[in-house]
Amino acid sequence: MWEKLVKRAFRRSIWVYHCNSGACNGCDIEILNVLTPYYDVERFGIRLVSSPRHADAMLLSGAVTRPTLPLVKKAYQAIPAPKLVFAIGSCAIGGGCWYDTYNVTGGGDKAIPVNYFIPGCPPRPEAIIYGIALALGLVDKKVAPVELKQMEFPVDMYRQTKLWEQRNVIYKLLGEEDDRYNLY
Amino acid sequence: MWLWNKLKQLAISLRAGVVTLHYPFEPRPAPAGFRGQPVWDHTKCIGCAGCANHCPARTIFLRDICQEVRILLYDSARCTYCGRCVDLCPEKAITMSDKFELATDNRQDLTQAIELFMMTCQRCGRCYDLEIKNYIDRLTLLGYRYDSLEVRKVIKKSTSEFQPEMLEKTATYQRPERLEK
Repeated sequence: MWEKLVKRAFRRSIWVYHCNSGACNGCDIEILNVLTPYYDVERFGIRLVSSPRHADAMLLSGAVTRPTLPLVKKAYQAIPAPKLVFAIGSCAIGGGCWYDTYNVTGGGDKAIPVNYFIPGCPPRPEAIIYGIALALGLVDKKVAPVELKQMEFPVDMYRQTKLWEQRNVIYKLLGEEDDRYNLY
Repeated sequence: MWLWNKLKQLAISLRAGVVTLHYPFEPRPAPAGFRGQPVWDHTKCIGCAGCANHCPARTIFLRDICQEVRILLYDSARCTYCGRCVDLCPEKAITMSDKFELATDNRQDLTQAIELFMMTCQRCGRCYDLEIKNYIDRLTLLGYRYDSLEVRKVIKKSTSEFQPEMLEKTATYQRPERLEK
């Protein structure tokens, strides 16, 4: 109980470093929107810091372009050891529209290890808060891989035809009941 | 004077109230017309690959795994949520939902896969998409196959002599029903 109380009292605040690696500024505006009083993320102890050396987490926005690749890697190395990386926006996750362009490395995934993905183009400020709250353990994950099927196999295509109705006639003529083809 | 100014400030700040939203603890639905994650209705999809051809970020893939099954794979992670697939879909099988809470620690959570049942071309043996207005396709779904000799006779008969019963029978044909979970 004492430990829980101490953990609650001294819960660490996440200080974030905003790293723009060639974004269109859409995601950056949404990140700044998160810091406004309307969405006030200082409720969770999140603060924007200007140096990666002070930061615990990195908010990566933009498909990592070739000129910014060494800089992103440097910034990642400068963050002290227990570190998180949030890829914000489609570009940071996998490159967005520019996933196979010559001047783009193909998303933050290929440059540095990414812990949390926040898709959107740009993501809503609520989506960014949700992603950070997910990392803090305040909310549950809502997405899961979806698999759908139009038809279950084997196909009952032949069932409606006359051939299907007469499929066991030959066994009846032979005087024996055979369930070999009574699959359904 | 100083105190009076402070009191005025206090009155102003009290009047302003609190604007901060309690977002992660309270639901906050997206506004009307918001383009969230697209959702496929697999009962309507015909597998024409229009969405795959026009996706600007190339997040939709279609692959034929056998003569009768085509797989549609959608990767929401790279998606730009432009809604172009929704505009293009001829069967209105895709809808933009208002789902935006997609943050995850695993990229595989953002994928959607659909197994589509397709017609088989009797010439080349590959998949092609079903058309509701095409009577030959309707007959195929009723069970007629060109590859069996017995049925080929039936087809020839029915096409050479017009039978209104057959037409009525095919008019009531419906797409494969949704599978129960």
